[in-house]
Amino acid sequence: MNLTSPETLVFWMTLFFLIFAYLLTKLGWKPILTAVKEREKAIEEAVKEAERTRQEMAKLKAENEELLQQARREREEILREARELKDKIIAEARSEAEKVRSEELAKTRKLIEAEKEAVLKDLQNQVATISLEIAEKVLGEQFADREKQVEYIKKNLSALKLN
Amino acid sequence: MKKFAMAFGLLLIPLMMSAAAGGGEEGGEQNGHGGEKEGLDVGAFIAHHTGDSHDYVIEIPFFKYTLHLPVILWTDKGLSVFSSAKFKGDNEGKVVVTDKKGNKFVKIHEVIYYADKVKDNPHPNVFDFKSRPLDFSFTRNALAILFVFLILLVLIYFTRKVYYEPDKVPRGIAKFIEPLIIFVRDEIAIPNIGPDKYEKYMPYLLTVFFFILLSNLIGLIPFAPFGHNITGNIVVTFVLALFTFILTTLAGNKHYWKHIFNPPVPAFVKPIMIPVEIMGMFIKPFALMVRLFANMFAGHTILISLVLLIFIFGSVLFAPVSGLFYVFMGFIKILVAFLQAYVFTILSALFIGLALAEDHEEEHGEKPELANH
Repeated sequence: MNLTSPETLVFWMTLFFLIFAYLLTKLGWKPILTAVKEREKAIEEAVKEAERTRQEMAKLKAENEELLQQARREREEILREARELKDKIIAEARSEAEKVRSEELAKTRKLIEAEKEAVLKDLQNQVATISLEIAEKVLGEQFADREKQVEYIKKNLSALKLN
Repeated sequence: MKKFAMAFGLLLIPLMMSAAAGGGEEGGEQNGHGGEKEGLDVGAFIAHHTGDSHDYVIEIPFFKYTLHLPVILWTDKGLSVFSSAKFKGDNEGKVVVTDKKGNKFVKIHEVIYYADKVKDNPHPNVFDFKSRPLDFSFTRNALAILFVFLILLVLIYFTRKVYYEPDKVPRGIAKFIEPLIIFVRDEIAIPNIGPDKYEKYMPYLLTVFFFILLSNLIGLIPFAPFGHNITGNIVVTFVLALFTFILTTLAGNKHYWKHIFNPPVPAFVKPIMIPVEIMGMFIKPFALMVRLFANMFAGHTILISLVLLIFIFGSVLFAPVSGLFYVFMGFIKILVAFLQAYVFTILSALFIGLALAEDHEEEHGEKPELANH
């Protein structure tokens, strides 16, 4: 171990240690630790700020998304309504046309019926007349009561409705 | 890796040369004693290289210069200052130096005695303060301590300069120093002392950590102006441990003292526990002192012994083996240099932290830690 007079180094070591611990603290440790601490605080704050910004961005994005979704929904709604309206209009138009056509048809049918009726009546008259004439010619004489005969044939003909 | 090995090889050369030179000297002295045997006194050589000295022999390849440091003595007649050159390198008490006040001194194994008090006693006791003056000489190790502190101050000064910059990003030397400072703060001070009170002790812990680390590393470089065995000197570690002891004692709160003088044990155990607790106060720093000293002293002894093996075997053929072992041990010593600085600092912080701990803090603070292990 070679222990020389111990007070020598006790003295110098204590002296140098105290002097240099003081100098190092003043010139080095304190300012460095302060600077490091400040930097750490700044970093911490920056990280927090970034986190906050990130959250805000996320919120904003969510809001945008929501807005977009809503717009899309509204568009769908409008489109759907338009389509319904179109369908309704078409359907209405169609039913209207149908009605008009059927009315027209009914009218026409009635007219035809009336015409037919008239024609038939006329035909009956003529048939009766012709029949009588034919009968007269065949028999060679006129029926005494011509009027009565025509009436009779007519009656038979109407019983024999042609269609 | 190759480069490292080469650098170490280069570093070895001066040490070998100094070993050769020292060997020659010691051998000569032995012959002077009347011993016939040639060779070297390994014990004395190691003691000389690991101990303190009044002269600083600067040995680098092809250059040897003995720096005579001032001898400063507090004698019975007052202060006495003269150059250590007056002893002419004598360490056996043969050269008697007379100062201006008429004091006569001799130097035996680097300790200066009054010449007349040790005339009949060739092996005086260092602690016999009647036979010697108080020695406050600026010795080799005192110079080395100053040197280490100056290097540290320059390093820290340049590190600090970096933080004047606005962006405060560590650059240059700060890149190396700052992680160590943050390590001391986050791994040593805060966990052991606590986040509220650690700041007060940071300057002390940092100074101790960097002083021990730098001393250890500088001690590994085997040529002037490095290679001093500072932390392997028990007096230096004594002073460091003393500071920790003082800080611990000053930090001690009511709970700390209560724990020592009124430990929470049954009354009949108290007569045993109180002396044990009081002893513990001193044993803790004592262990600090011995641990650092023993580690560093043993390391230096091993390194020197490995080189000396060449001279013990007396063959240059042994040099490669010695060299390889030296490189291997050198790497271990680099690890030990960091480890011992860490251990001393963390234990200092722990002792201070224990002295500061509050009752409830201790309970809450320690249980989760125990659960973790």
